[in-house]
Amino acid sequence: MTGTTDLIKLTAAETAAKIASGEVTAVQVTEAHLARIAAVDEKVHAFLHVDREGALAQARAVDDKRARGEKLGPLAGVPLALKDIFTTKGVPTTVGSKLLEGWIPPYDATLTQRLKAADVIILGKTNMDEFAMGSSTENSAYGPTGNPWDLTRIPGGSGGGSSAALASYQAVLAIGTDTGGSIRQPAAVTGTVGVKPTYGGVSRYGMVAFSSSLDQGGPCARTVLDAALLHEAIAGYDPLDSTSIDAPVPSVVEAARNGNVAGLRVGVVKEFGGEGYQAGVMQRFNESVELLREIGAEIVEISCPSFDLALAAYYLIAPSECSSNLARFDAMRYGLRVGDDGTRSAEDVTALSREAGFGDEVKRRIMLGTYALSSGYYDAYYGSAQKVRTLITRDFEKAFESVDVLISPTTPTTAFPIGERADDPMAMYLADLCTIPSNLAGNAAMSLPCGLAPEDGLPVGLQIIAPAMADDRLYRVGAAVEAAFIARWGHRLLEEAPSL
Amino acid sequence: MTVTELVSYEDALATYDPVMGLEVHVELGTKTKMFCGCSTALGAEPNSQTCPTCLGLPGALPVMNAIGVESAIKIGLALHCEIAEWCRFARKNYFYPDMPKNFQTSQYDEPIAFNGYLDVQLEDGEIFRVDIERAHMEEDTGKSTHVGGATGRIHGASHSLLDYNRAGIPLIEIVTKPIVGAGERAPEVAKAYVAELRELIKALGVSEARMEMGQMRCDVNLSLRLNGVEKFGTRSETKNVNSLRSVERAARYEIQRHAAVLGSGGTIIQETRHFHEEDGSTTAGRIKEEAEDYRYFPEPDLVPVAPARDWVEELRAGLPELPRLRRKRLREEWGISEHEMQSVLNAGVIDLITATIEAGADAASARKWWMGELARRANEESIDPTALPITPTQVARVAELVADGGLNDKLARQVIEGVLAGEGDPDTVVDKRGLKIVSDEGALGTAVDEAIAANAAIADKIRGGKVAAAGALVGAVMKATRGQADAARVRELILERLGAAE
Repeated sequence: MTGTTDLIKLTAAETAAKIASGEVTAVQVTEAHLARIAAVDEKVHAFLHVDREGALAQARAVDDKRARGEKLGPLAGVPLALKDIFTTKGVPTTVGSKLLEGWIPPYDATLTQRLKAADVIILGKTNMDEFAMGSSTENSAYGPTGNPWDLTRIPGGSGGGSSAALASYQAVLAIGTDTGGSIRQPAAVTGTVGVKPTYGGVSRYGMVAFSSSLDQGGPCARTVLDAALLHEAIAGYDPLDSTSIDAPVPSVVEAARNGNVAGLRVGVVKEFGGEGYQAGVMQRFNESVELLREIGAEIVEISCPSFDLALAAYYLIAPSECSSNLARFDAMRYGLRVGDDGTRSAEDVTALSREAGFGDEVKRRIMLGTYALSSGYYDAYYGSAQKVRTLITRDFEKAFESVDVLISPTTPTTAFPIGERADDPMAMYLADLCTIPSNLAGNAAMSLPCGLAPEDGLPVGLQIIAPAMADDRLYRVGAAVEAAFIARWGHRLLEEAPSL
Repeated sequence: MTVTELVSYEDALATYDPVMGLEVHVELGTKTKMFCGCSTALGAEPNSQTCPTCLGLPGALPVMNAIGVESAIKIGLALHCEIAEWCRFARKNYFYPDMPKNFQTSQYDEPIAFNGYLDVQLEDGEIFRVDIERAHMEEDTGKSTHVGGATGRIHGASHSLLDYNRAGIPLIEIVTKPIVGAGERAPEVAKAYVAELRELIKALGVSEARMEMGQMRCDVNLSLRLNGVEKFGTRSETKNVNSLRSVERAARYEIQRHAAVLGSGGTIIQETRHFHEEDGSTTAGRIKEEAEDYRYFPEPDLVPVAPARDWVEELRAGLPELPRLRRKRLREEWGISEHEMQSVLNAGVIDLITATIEAGADAASARKWWMGELARRANEESIDPTALPITPTQVARVAELVADGGLNDKLARQVIEGVLAGEGDPDTVVDKRGLKIVSDEGALGTAVDEAIAANAAIADKIRGGKVAAAGALVGAVMKATRGQADAARVRELILERLGAAE
């Protein structure tokens, strides 16, 4: 029998294969991960809620299915960590906020339903920046998460719980959401793989909204193929989400199994680099460019001049939408209610509850957005930001006329120490400099490990960007790069992480 | 509350020219809500017709109701509007506990229909054109019930109850352009417009538009300007005026109130006002010191609405005859006056009469039954005439029996009574109750002879040429036959026997 340590280090593909062949049971796999959580999560704090009973019940169902001779899906029995932004019927969903502490959703998000339908074991809900606003998971109302590479450093954000769970082998797969980089940046700083699918590729129904036109759920994993398997399980048209794409899901798994860049034109975005970028990050990025050339890609330098405006536009559009999306948290129907002592008006109770329930960053963005949408300022702020959005989309369109994919560092620096940028929002916002343009344009992007920065020994992420609906290209390129790096290193990058 | 000394209506109009804007909200009769699959049926247990979407639960998303969009386009087309080739929903942001998301999904600067008009007919037959600014789609809010206060308003209440069954029911808001040039007839125009719009909505089949049920609600915006002045005055917005008569009264009251304020050197405050059914007055609601900032922006959770042109044309081709034109046609076909037609409309029986005629009755008798006996019964029972347990086909059968001489009016009324009482269709009632005109000449002859013998004095008068006196004998015969004789035939027989002629 395979040992517990071996079980938690398997890929999703390997885990599912072992369960399907009967070598191990889903219950054994799940118990191994629950044991790992019990052993290390006190230090890492990746999970806000572990659904031990639910996970084991799911695992037993998988084993029963196999016992009945039913065919198991490609991810049946594989344990997953779910970002606490997706509703789970009967299981708490806090979105990292005090305001939703104790809220038990009466319904499953479409993504949750699809995971269950695929027999993916949902271990629990992971920590995140409150309402997905942040790049470090420090904005969680429930305390920060540590980066398994160095527990004094941030695991990225907002999906730091998911990335940390993967990097510390507490889950084989994880789900994140990416509004400005919240899947890719955590993946980059933890040496894992994260994909932001094309906007509309994965249903948003039941995903608590931060910025509706930017939010996109997606897969997190330790390998490109695992990410593809998860991508395929969660993607596809959902009639409950009007913005979901009614078209076949790109063949991501097939692409991940056939990594190849021969003859592919790869664009290097000129605007990403230079001042503000850590030397070791640029070094590993430049090596990645060379590696791509070596394995057959044609490298082209591409200029996307509007990208310099992306951060500014993002910090108008996302707060504007968030100011409206978060208006529903008024203490009337669910969530925290403060000051309801029979003497106060509903209006006062709403104000007191929001005052007590929202953290500083959330309040900051609600105020920014409220201001940006106000009459007299709308055109100058929200209106101009939408124009910039159009310019950025055009830059991408123009770029993709001459290249198949674009690449850049995922984030300008490696994981910074917890607390370093907590009081400097602008410094924090810069962490998403390279990831935001894809959210504004709605295209697909991936981050995968490309080495450790020499100066601090921390993971660096390589970002690959593909046109909308061409998510499969991410996997074709990503799988080729991953294979080339493993060949060079002799192992996966995560093997170099210290044991906890 | 300050009591305003009103200026007489005539005096107000001598100095000022009223300008109106009417905003009508119509609840569509779709089976499900605008953005989710919940039922729209009225009268259900509070909050029993809700789901994550219409409760605004975290993570829930809206999906557009296609019938709602179709209904909006139909209304737009019937109002001679242009239909947008591409338009979006917008979020209207404001906090109120009966609005689950604290924004209303509505339309802002891209309405589905715009630039139209509706011709309305005033009581003297004059046609007045009301220009339409726009018709847009939105969702209704939930309903707050304030408990513990004296007035049912929030002031003084101890707590409020929220029912979200109505939240998300599709609404179409129809906004007129400023209605100018109506002068003293402004209140009448307002009423006629709302009445015509209601008929139109009903004819389109998109809503029952029952104002008493809140399915159609009107806001009356009104301002005055000095005669001859171009610039509009400051307006008041009288909200939720919910009957035709109230629309007229509210407009009239506001004209008199504005004139009083302006005439005494005061200024009109831009504010919302409440209308009071009891005395036809309005009182101040909340003051709009500055325009409320709703922070509208395009709804990112919905995709734009881009109705295909051939679909729009298909809908246009399928529009029913417009109510005003239909009324004109029917009035001519039935040969009745404007005034009589108005009575038919007021009684709400135009479709029933039409259906009765279609079932074979002549126009006069169809109208007679529905406007007479049946309207009276509906009124007595406070129900809509359509809810009476009798069908136009049954009414047509009764009319046919009368026309054939099988029944007279008195018997026919008894037949109708029987049908309404659930005794069966007209022929069954006739059989069961034995209601048949006595046309057996022998039996009738005997009854006539007996009547003549019993009333010798009257008979003499008739013999002497006083034909009018025959009525008394006819009455006697009818009494003797318990009303089942054909009165006309009885009269003929009496005159025949007494050798008199008309």
